[in-house]
Amino acid sequence: MTTFFNEAPPDLGPLWLTLHLAAITTLLLLIFGTPLAWWLAHTKSRAKPLAEALTALPLVLPPTVLGFYLLILFSPTSSFGAFWVTVTGESLTFSFTGLVIASMVYSLPFAVQPLQAAFEAIGRAPLEAAAMLRASPLDRFATVAAPLAARGFLTAGVLSFAHTLGEFGVVLMVGGNIPGQTKVISIAIYEHVETLRYAEAHLLAAILLLFSFSVLVLVYSLNRRFPMGGRA
Amino acid sequence: MSLSLDLQLGFGAFRLAVQTDLPLAGITAIFGHSGSGKSTLLRVIAGLETGATGRVAMGPEVWQGPGQLTPPHLRGIGYVFQDTRLFNHLSVAGNLAYADSRAKSLPGPGWEDVVRALDLAPLLNRRPQTLSGGEASRVAMGRALLTRPRLLLMDEPLSALDEARKAEILPYLERLRDQMGIPILYVSHSTAEVARLADHLVILEAGAIRLQGPVAALLADPAAARSFGLREAGAVIKARIAAQEPDGLTRLETSAGPLLLPHVAASLGTELRVRILAQDVLLSREAPQGLSALNILPATVQSLRIGEGPGAFVQLRAGNDLLLARITRRSVAALSLEPGSPCFAILKSVSVAPFNIGGR
Repeated sequence: MTTFFNEAPPDLGPLWLTLHLAAITTLLLLIFGTPLAWWLAHTKSRAKPLAEALTALPLVLPPTVLGFYLLILFSPTSSFGAFWVTVTGESLTFSFTGLVIASMVYSLPFAVQPLQAAFEAIGRAPLEAAAMLRASPLDRFATVAAPLAARGFLTAGVLSFAHTLGEFGVVLMVGGNIPGQTKVISIAIYEHVETLRYAEAHLLAAILLLFSFSVLVLVYSLNRRFPMGGRA
Repeated sequence: MSLSLDLQLGFGAFRLAVQTDLPLAGITAIFGHSGSGKSTLLRVIAGLETGATGRVAMGPEVWQGPGQLTPPHLRGIGYVFQDTRLFNHLSVAGNLAYADSRAKSLPGPGWEDVVRALDLAPLLNRRPQTLSGGEASRVAMGRALLTRPRLLLMDEPLSALDEARKAEILPYLERLRDQMGIPILYVSHSTAEVARLADHLVILEAGAIRLQGPVAALLADPAAARSFGLREAGAVIKARIAAQEPDGLTRLETSAGPLLLPHVAASLGTELRVRILAQDVLLSREAPQGLSALNILPATVQSLRIGEGPGAFVQLRAGNDLLLARITRRSVAALSLEPGSPCFAILKSVSVAPFNIGGR
C-alpha cells in the first residue's frame, strides 16, 4: 500500500470538470427544456402521454441502460455518430461533448417536470389577460409566464445541476475515465476507492457533500423569501 | 360603427349561435342567467375561443371570417375579466404600465386621466394581493383603459363585490361611459346593474339572443319581463333634479310630471335615470285622494300581458316615458284595463332604492 498520499497535492481536476459539465448541461437543459415543458403544459395533442413518458424515462431506467443505448447511438458506426463525426470531425464517445449530451438526456426530467408543473400552475388566465393588454405570444412568455414561473426555473436549474453532479453510470458507459475530458468527480471517487486511496476519496466526497448541501440550503431559503416567484 | 356578429360555438350540449349587429355607442349590456353563454360570447369576440366559427367584424375590420383570424392581442380590445386577473408579480403601477407601455402611441385616455377617473393614485404602490375586491376591480378597469381600446369588454366586473362595494364602483363605471368615449360591451346577470348602466340591451338565453333593443324600451316591455325575473322587472325613466325640499325629499322633473324621492345627493339640473320596479307601481282609474304615496303620475295603458299565474304586466305611457306595473289579473279585470285606458300610476317615494337612481 502506498504511504505517501498525504504529501501529494489533491487533484481537484475532476471537481472543476464536474462543475463545468453540470453548468453547461443545466444551461442547455433550461434553453431546450423550456419549450418542451411549455408544449407539454399547454398541448391538447394525443401524443402528450407519449412525450411525457419519454421525458420521464431517465427517472426509471438504470443509468447503465441509458448509457448503453447512448454509447451505441454515439458510436461512429451508428448513423447519428457518423453524422456527428462528419460535421464536427470528433467522435461523441469518450468526449466531453458526448458527456454533455448524455447528461442532458439523463437530467431531462429534472428540468422539464418542474417547468411543466410551474407552467400548468400559471394556467391560461394570466396569459389571456396579457394578450388583451396587446402583448404578443413571445412578449407574454417573457413578461408574464417566465416571472410567474421563476420558482419553477430555479427548481429546474438546481435539480438538473445537482443531478448532473451525481451522475455516474451514464458517464462510465459513454465517457470512460479520461482526465480533463470525462473523468468527473464520481468516477474519480470510485477510482480512489478501488485503489484504496481513501484520503483522496474522502476529500472529493466531502467537497461534493458540502457543495450540494449549501446549494440546496440556498435554494430553499430563496424559495422562502420569494414565495410568489420573484418581485419586479 | 357597429359590431357585426354571426358566430357559432358548441361544446358538449351547449351551443352558442349569435347573429346580430350591435351598435357601438355607450354601454351595450349582454344580459342573461348563468349558463346562457354571455361570457363565452365575449371570449369569442375577443378571439380567446379558438373553437368558434363564423364572422366577427368591427365596422369594416374583419376579426374573424373565412380564412381570417386576427389574434387577440391585435384586435385592440380591452377586457375586464370577472376575476380581474391582475398580475401578482407586478405592483398596481406595474400592472397599469404593462398596458400603457404597449399602447403608447395610440389615441385614448392618458395615464393621468385614468388614474384620476378611477382614483387609483393611492393604490399605485400596492401589490394586487393586498387590494380589496372593489380596489382590484378599479385597477382592472384602469389597466384595460390604458390599452387604449377601441372596444371595451367587461365580464361581470361587479359580480364578486358585495352591495356596498357595487354601489361604490357604479359611479366610476358611469364616468367611464360618459367621459372616455369607448364603446363597452358589459356582461351581467343583474337587472339592477343593467338598468343603471346600459344604453342598449341584449338578452341572451341558452346561447341565443332572445330580445334586444334600447334599454328603456326593453325594460318596459312586458314580453321581456320574464327574463329579468318577476320581482326585478321594472322600467327606467329619465329625470332631472328640480329642487331639494326642506323635509329631506328631492323633487325630480320627468316628462310625466314631478317625482318626489328620498334625498338624492346631486346638484340641481343633474340628469338622472330612475328605475321603478314594476311591483312597486299601483294603478288607479280615478285620481286618488287621501293617499300616503306622494307620486301620482297620469298615464295611459299601452299594452298588457297576462301571465300564466295570477299576475299581469301593464305597460304604461307617462309623458314621453314608459312605465311597467305588475298587478294581479283580478285588478286588471276590476279596473277593466285595456290598451288606451287612462289611469294613474302611484309610487311610494321610499320604494325607490338609492341603487336604482343613477347618472343619465
